[in-house]
Parts: sequence; C-alpha cells; structure tokens
Amino acid sequence: MSQTDNQQHSIGIYLKIWLLLFVLSTASYMVDYLHLQGYLRWSLIIIFMLLKAGLIVGVFMHMMWERLALIYAILLPPLLLLSFIGIGALEADYAFFSRSIFFLK
Amino acid sequence: MTHIAATTPIHSGVLEEGTKGFVSDWSSDQLSFKKVPWGKVMMWIFLVSDTFIFSIFLISYMTARMSTTEPWPNPSEVFALTVWGKKVPLILIALMTFILITSSGTMAMAVNFGYRKDRKTTFILLLITALLGASFVGMQAFEWTKLILEEGVRPWSNPMGAAQFGSVFFMITGFHGTHVTIGVIFLFIVAFKVLRGDLDHERPGFLTGRKGNYEMVEIIGLYWHFVDLVWVFIFAFFYLW
Repeated sequence: MSQTDNQQHSIGIYLKIWLLLFVLSTASYMVDYLHLQGYLRWSLIIIFMLLKAGLIVGVFMHMMWERLALIYAILLPPLLLLSFIGIGALEADYAFFSRSIFFLK
Repeated sequence: MTHIAATTPIHSGVLEEGTKGFVSDWSSDQLSFKKVPWGKVMMWIFLVSDTFIFSIFLISYMTARMSTTEPWPNPSEVFALTVWGKKVPLILIALMTFILITSSGTMAMAVNFGYRKDRKTTFILLLITALLGASFVGMQAFEWTKLILEEGVRPWSNPMGAAQFGSVFFMITGFHGTHVTIGVIFLFIVAFKVLRGDLDHERPGFLTGRKGNYEMVEIIGLYWHFVDLVWVFIFAFFYLW
C-alpha cells in the first residue's frame, strides 16, 4: 500500500493538458472579449468550463487512473446538486415574480 | 454475478476491472478503496464536502441574481482594467486564471517527480507552485482594493446596481482566496519537508507524528488542483455570466 502504481506517467502528458487548459481558458475569455450573447455565449461558457473541469479532475487529479469504486464514490454524490440547482431556480423565479408585482406595479 | 465472491478471495492480490471490480471492491471486507492510501481517500472525501460548500455558495448566488429586480452590474465592465490607455475587460481575472492553471501544471509535475524520489526537482516545482499561488492571492488583494476604494463596492451596496453583487462577490472570492492562502502555506511546509529529506527518511511530522512519504505531495496536490477547479466554476459563473 506504500505507493500506488499509477503515478509513472511521463511529464509530457501534464504539459499537453496544461497547454489544452491554456487554450480552453483563452477561448472562454474570448467569449467575453468578443461580446458573444445569448445561447451561443452560454453553451460555449458551459462547454469550456466542463472540459476544463474534466481535464483537471481526470488527469491532474489522476481520477481516470483510479478504480471505479473510488470514482463512483467521489463523482456521483455531487450529482445531487443538480436537483438543488433546480430547486434554487424555481424559488428564484417565484421570488422574482412576486417582487415584480410588488415593486413595479 | 454470484461467482464473484468465489473467484476473488480478499487476499488474492488480483483485482477485477470494470463493474465487476466495482461490486467486489464495495462488497469486500475492510477496504473498499483498493490501491489507494487512506490519506488520499480522506482528502477526496474532504474535497467532496468542500464541493458542496462551494456549490451552495454558487447556487445561492444564482438564486440571488435571478430573483433581484435591480439590474446586475456587468462583471465584464466592473473588472476591466485600463492598460496603456485602453480599457481591457476582465484582463486581471484572465491573468489570475492562467496563473492558477500554471500552478496546477507545476503541481502535477511535482507529484510525478516526488514518486520518482527526485528531491530537488520536486522541491523546485513545489516552490514555484507556492509562489504562483501567492501571486494569485496578491492579485486578488489588488482586485479587492480597487473594487472597494475606486468602485465603492460594499457587501451591502454598490453604485452599479443590485446590492447582492457585493455580498456574493466578497463571500465567494473571499472563501476561495482563503483556500488558496491555506494551500500556499501547506505547499511551503511540504516543500520544506521535501528539501530537508523528511519524506525520503520517513521522519515523523511535527504535528501528527506520522511517517513522511511522498504520498503527502500527492495529497496536497489534490487539494491544490481542487482550488484550481473551483476557480474554473467561479470564472464561468461569476465573471463570464
């Protein structure tokens, strides 16, 4: 148990991922710089964000070389947050609706 | 599926892959996480709990922003800096993003060199990671100062629009900055331990008395990558929205 056998990658993979993260960050910055709006802006921001998150967790944090037991234990619980996001959005819609009626007449 | 228990005795040393492996890992005695040091599992579990904390912050930010009837200040303009007489949107934030990503890269390499027992390179990479982290905190301090003194943003009000902007901003970036600061402190400690040879000679640590080994570098690395990960989400949702 002293040492996991999944650490012997060459340095090259980290440099490649690093470069990819740089490109993705630049791309998401350009979304703002070029003033993209609407669904295009949103889908690009979310796609770049998820790609970056996936690369960091998968390669930098070595998740893609772990056993399924650990992967499931760590990555499945956060999916619960999706329902929380849904609840938050519903509540916000309702609050916005009642505030609009109250404040704006 | 009934033959799994029969074919994989606990001490066989042969681990199955895929779904079968997942089932047998979780149904085995004592250790569910095979081939993973317990310290690493503990760090992962801590990171899951931290994920929930940051997610709750971001979800409450979403709720505040969606429900306010006041206009939300445009982050692209609020965080613009004037560079050579030209207003560049979000330039400092972009720079901070690149710094954090770079520090994540050097951290990943430090872990790799650590397992190769290359003491000097590991130390240098850890030191670079810590210094990049420290510069990130410095830039954040600059950003906060500018926002408070020049833009007049307060947790309870700001001249640009919805008051929640300030409270959300200071809470989320403040909490993230605290994480970075703690990470920098621990990076310096681990770098010093590496340099001194504590990990090679398995000397007990000053706080827990546990024997030093290079798993420590990987564990602090997980924390550091997580800080970078959180920034990815803050960057997307707070600055780019």
